[in-house]
Amino acid sequence: MDNVLEARHIDKYFKKPVLFHVLKDLNFEIKKGEFASIMGKSGCGKSTLLYILSTMDTDYEGELYLNNTLVTGKDNQYLSYLRNKHIGFVFQFHYLLSEFTVLENVMLPAKKLAEKSLEEIEQDAIEKLKMLDIDHLAPKRASRISGGEKQRVAIARALINDPSIIMGDEPTGNLDSYNANNVFNIFKRLSDEQGLSLLIVTHDEEFAKKTDRIIQMSDGRILQ
Amino acid sequence: MNNWSVILSIAKTHLITKIKQTSTAALGVTFGIGSYITLVCFMTGLNGMLDDLILNQTPHVHIYNEIEPSKKQPASFIDDAKESFTVVHSIKPKLSQKKIHNALPIIKYLENTENIKGALPQIKTQIFYMAGSIELGGNLTGINPVDEAKLFNMQDYIVKGSAEALENSDNGILLGIGIARKMSLKVGDRVQVSPINGGIFPLKIVGFYQSGIADLDAIQSFTNIKTVQRILGKPKNYITDINVKLYNMEGAVALAQKIEQQFNLTAIDINTANAQFETGTTIRNLITYAVSITLLIVAGFGIYNILNMLIYEKMNDIAILRATGFSGKDVQLIFMSQAMIIGFIGGVLGLLIGFGLASLIDTIPFQTEALPTVETYPINMNPVFFVIGFSFAMLSTFLAGYLPSKKAKKIDPVRIIRGQ
Repeated sequence: MDNVLEARHIDKYFKKPVLFHVLKDLNFEIKKGEFASIMGKSGCGKSTLLYILSTMDTDYEGELYLNNTLVTGKDNQYLSYLRNKHIGFVFQFHYLLSEFTVLENVMLPAKKLAEKSLEEIEQDAIEKLKMLDIDHLAPKRASRISGGEKQRVAIARALINDPSIIMGDEPTGNLDSYNANNVFNIFKRLSDEQGLSLLIVTHDEEFAKKTDRIIQMSDGRILQ
Repeated sequence: MNNWSVILSIAKTHLITKIKQTSTAALGVTFGIGSYITLVCFMTGLNGMLDDLILNQTPHVHIYNEIEPSKKQPASFIDDAKESFTVVHSIKPKLSQKKIHNALPIIKYLENTENIKGALPQIKTQIFYMAGSIELGGNLTGINPVDEAKLFNMQDYIVKGSAEALENSDNGILLGIGIARKMSLKVGDRVQVSPINGGIFPLKIVGFYQSGIADLDAIQSFTNIKTVQRILGKPKNYITDINVKLYNMEGAVALAQKIEQQFNLTAIDINTANAQFETGTTIRNLITYAVSITLLIVAGFGIYNILNMLIYEKMNDIAILRATGFSGKDVQLIFMSQAMIIGFIGGVLGLLIGFGLASLIDTIPFQTEALPTVETYPINMNPVFFVIGFSFAMLSTFLAGYLPSKKAKKIDPVRIIRGQ
């Protein structure tokens, strides 16, 4: 009933260099407050799936529901708005805008959403940074902080608009075990304390084991 | 959905962190616009000066009595000769008067006609300047000096004395500078002139005239109409030429034709008299615009190049912006606004530099015999040029920004994120 994300009969083909059936009739849902991870070997299509779920990739067959509304076939402007409001993203590579300060990076999606005043946004951003123990980095340039810190800033940015779901594409893949643990604990805390839904693609078995649910993928199918 | 403050703040940050490239691109525009403004102000200034040189002192329509052979020779009046082959040797011009018949009523009529600013009578005659036993041939033109000054900028060519001084003097003469040099005369001296039909009249020199054309200055002098009439022993209605100035030059051809038909006189319009003149003006304008447009195109390519580079460098940023909820259009607007900011700053600087250079040229001394009243290089600072220059800066940067930004819009964020 309370599904944040629901995928129905998702099929995806890569047309280049040769026709390749990547995702084969995928059906699954993420419940509200669920901390799920997708595991599988390289090339099994888990990242491909994530980008379809993220609405960034629109070239697929099947139906995708976000908060029980159909998003498949919506125009790009609307999808951008959806991503902005409902989906928070954390990537393997930290992907901050290196010329902006940490605070500006965190504020940017909220500024785009423009539902709050600039002061409120700034306050929110500082609050999120505080929650992740990195509020002291706020005025620093994004290019001047360490990898672990960057990933935490990226999480703060993903949280700024209070999204329905956080998606991560191997968010710990590029971090040492200390920082990876740290990131996992943050996710866990968000899930437990704030009831946030999370969907994380990972290679890291230890990481996956600690999540509520593991979605195992192999050759474009979900193994149950 | 367009959030301008966010888009502009991102654009601004990009520009500021890449200040070197930004300023190079802006300088390209500055250079293009600056040289356009300088060139166009200078060129149109020169054009204006040359126009003034020829057009201001040339009447728009010149009316006079042409001495020419009769159009219908006596032989053609004979019916018997109609079928035969007639040969008439040494045709002579018809004996007619030089003066314009009924000149004063014609002038009155013309002055009341629409589009005519003024119609001024003149008397042209040949005289001799007497210097002891030497006689120098020359032209004496009788004018209404103050009216001439008003309509044909006569005062620009009076290097000493004034039109008023001539108007107020009963036997004054405005002597050509060439004659004055030949005869070592100065203002206040007397010069004796003799009309062709004899007699000697002493006239007082009230000023010097310099048209810039040496041949003309060596023969031409001016005096009041009344004085010439007295010298020639002619009545008050003796007028040989009428010069007409119009409000709108375009009407000259039609008016000349009308006058020829109506009064049976010869009327030459300015377009016929100075046909080659327009050509020079057009070509100078063409060169100005060709050079300016070339410069701006070069500047445009500079911007295009720098934006292309910037977009390539910012691939990750674009992907991130797209992933966090910026649409392709927003991304395009970010890069578009960068181009427009470069164009705006470069354009405004260019206008300032153009203004500065033009003002500087305006102060450079430029003295030439041909133009007695011109002391510095002529500059025509027309606000329209600044508007055109600025619009051109914005247009060229828009075009230069449009293509790369369109590319940025089409970038697929998934490919970049996954490509890492």
